[in-house]
Amino acid sequence: MALKHQPVVIKLCLLTAAMFGFGYALVPLYDVFCDLTGLNGKTSTMAATAEAAIPDKQREVLVEFIARPNNNMPWVFEPVVHKIRVHPGEIHRIDYLAHNITGRSMTAQAVPSVSPGQAALYFNKMECFCFTQQHLTAGQQLLMPLQFYVDPALPEQFSTITLSYTLYEVDAVAPVTAETATGDNNE
Amino acid sequence: MSTVTTDPHAHAEHEHHGPAKGLKRWLYTTNHKDIGTLYLLFSLLMFFIGGAMAMVIRAELFQPGLQIVEPNFFNQMTTVHGLIMVFGAVMPAFTGLANWLIPMMIGAPDMALPRMNNWSFWILPFAFSILLASLFMEGGGPSFGWTFYAPLSTTYSNDSTALFVFSVHIMGISSIMGAINVIVTIMNLRAPGMTYMKMPLFVWTWFITAYLLIAVMPVLAGVVTMVLTDKYFGTSFFDAAGGGDPVLFQHIFWFFGHPEVYIMILPAFGIISSIVPTFSRKPLFGYASMVYATSSIALLSFLVWAHHMFTTGMPVAAELFFMYCTMLIAVPTGVKVFNWVATMWRGAMTFEVPMMFSLAFIVLFTIGGFSGLMLAITPADFQYHDTYFVVAHFHYVLVTGAIFSIMAAAYYWLPKWTGHMYDETLGQWHFWCSLISVNVLFFPMHFVGLAGMPRRIPDYALQFADFNALISIGGFAFGLSQLLFVWLVVKCIKGGEKATDQVWEGAEGLEWTIASPAPYHSFTTPPEIK
Repeated sequence: MALKHQPVVIKLCLLTAAMFGFGYALVPLYDVFCDLTGLNGKTSTMAATAEAAIPDKQREVLVEFIARPNNNMPWVFEPVVHKIRVHPGEIHRIDYLAHNITGRSMTAQAVPSVSPGQAALYFNKMECFCFTQQHLTAGQQLLMPLQFYVDPALPEQFSTITLSYTLYEVDAVAPVTAETATGDNNE
Repeated sequence: MSTVTTDPHAHAEHEHHGPAKGLKRWLYTTNHKDIGTLYLLFSLLMFFIGGAMAMVIRAELFQPGLQIVEPNFFNQMTTVHGLIMVFGAVMPAFTGLANWLIPMMIGAPDMALPRMNNWSFWILPFAFSILLASLFMEGGGPSFGWTFYAPLSTTYSNDSTALFVFSVHIMGISSIMGAINVIVTIMNLRAPGMTYMKMPLFVWTWFITAYLLIAVMPVLAGVVTMVLTDKYFGTSFFDAAGGGDPVLFQHIFWFFGHPEVYIMILPAFGIISSIVPTFSRKPLFGYASMVYATSSIALLSFLVWAHHMFTTGMPVAAELFFMYCTMLIAVPTGVKVFNWVATMWRGAMTFEVPMMFSLAFIVLFTIGGFSGLMLAITPADFQYHDTYFVVAHFHYVLVTGAIFSIMAAAYYWLPKWTGHMYDETLGQWHFWCSLISVNVLFFPMHFVGLAGMPRRIPDYALQFADFNALISIGGFAFGLSQLLFVWLVVKCIKGGEKATDQVWEGAEGLEWTIASPAPYHSFTTPPEIK
């Protein structure tokens, strides 16, 4: 009797293990899916190369900038301008102010998010402080640059793009930011 | 069939295979009937513990303002009430019914893997002891809702989260072992002549449910593990600071969560499909279509998870996809409801308690299904999301759906289990008290939900006060009504009118061919099915 059960039991156990693996496989699958669709509003972590795109003077897109330190992050962190109107294809540069108001040296990482999510695919950053970690000594202030252009292929329905940064302290989440840091060094 | 009834007795006496005495019988048992009983009693205990938490919730919500409990404790109550009812009451009750009934329905002597069966039950009390004990920790137990969304369960939770994660792991292992056992039993131990398309529908629905369990319980195990490592081991699956995404949590959770709701309702469909023909004295209408409908519900359940997440900011195309897939499920579900009604059509119906619960199931589950359709409409869902309308919806499908079907099953098979008829008058009292109070309890929740009362909040705006007082009264009445059920079960175990082997005039199926009470060992020689 037991021999008859064994093949079925083994198959079912394998299926269980496979589904446990599938749960984990959903993590990279989700990332790939979001990269393709811009579903979660993540912008590329790579610097975009300036294409010789002809600015579309007919069209104007409002780009809004939001910045906030994470709950446990004691820095002052804000964009110098809060919104600008751009023609798609034009390259713009704006600055963000970071001020370490604490009495100790700290390292921070800004994580971007674009809303609406699908517009993230058309928001190209040529230079961004978010590509690297920022190290500020006690009381130090820094103007951090962001250079970007909006892809002229941006679908008609988007007239406003909101770029939001959240600033995290790196030491608090050391294991994973170490990984992102090595990735950033290549650029 | 009299040979079948006498055989097991002779066998038991001959080989001294009767149950052992005392506590050891239950601790070491590998008998499917003993384990089924353990599951059912455990589920009843959990039903009352989870119910007591619901009473705390309703007592606090009786009036606006904070009177009885702290908000943090209130959140622990909503969280643990959900967890206990889903994993401790509904799922073990169905597993208990599966243990008792599947071998008797397919003519098998026992479950295929009896020792594993013992394990899959006996780890459950440990899981729930861990979960309940976490309530007494400093800072309290889990308070992030039974859905444990990140970052509530990662960044903002206290250290009882580790206990929560381990208890969910144990519950998952128990369910998976139970599911493997059910599948192997059904595939390998059917009596000669019992082809797949001759199996009773309860067996069919459990067969499909077991596959759903094996497909999604490991995903739940995965997602709680990710929560654990995010919280304690520095991973960032759901932490944006480290490159993760909190919305990913919801995708993985609901990939488990939606099939899970069908795990809690498919066996109920099987129960109703057994009871309605008996008391209509007609064979089930559309047997094959029931099997196909159940299978298609199970398959579709993997394609609808994101309808729980319409407000997370999905692209319109995805919202439409999940909306249409969700609505598609109404078709096979409708097939089932039509089949039950068609079975009753021109039947010689009688209205004993199991039938009453089944009829209430058909009507009230359909109401829950319709509010589910309303929630499936993406633009409308933006209004309903996270309101009491959702609470009304899933309590209609889970209380008047799953729980009512379990009650119906208990009344229907109790004479077979105990050998005594239950007290019909007391049963009718239990039914009518439950029916009226459950609607007083859950129906007004639709209205306060549509008016905008949010769920999981210990306080509310004054205009909801009258309805909430009414809901609470319904809640207390429903809770007290269930004590009648306990009284009835105890009475039925102790004694009562002797039940015949067939018990119900219209009952058909192998379990009704053996003696009442079912002997400790049944079908040691397989019956022949023509």
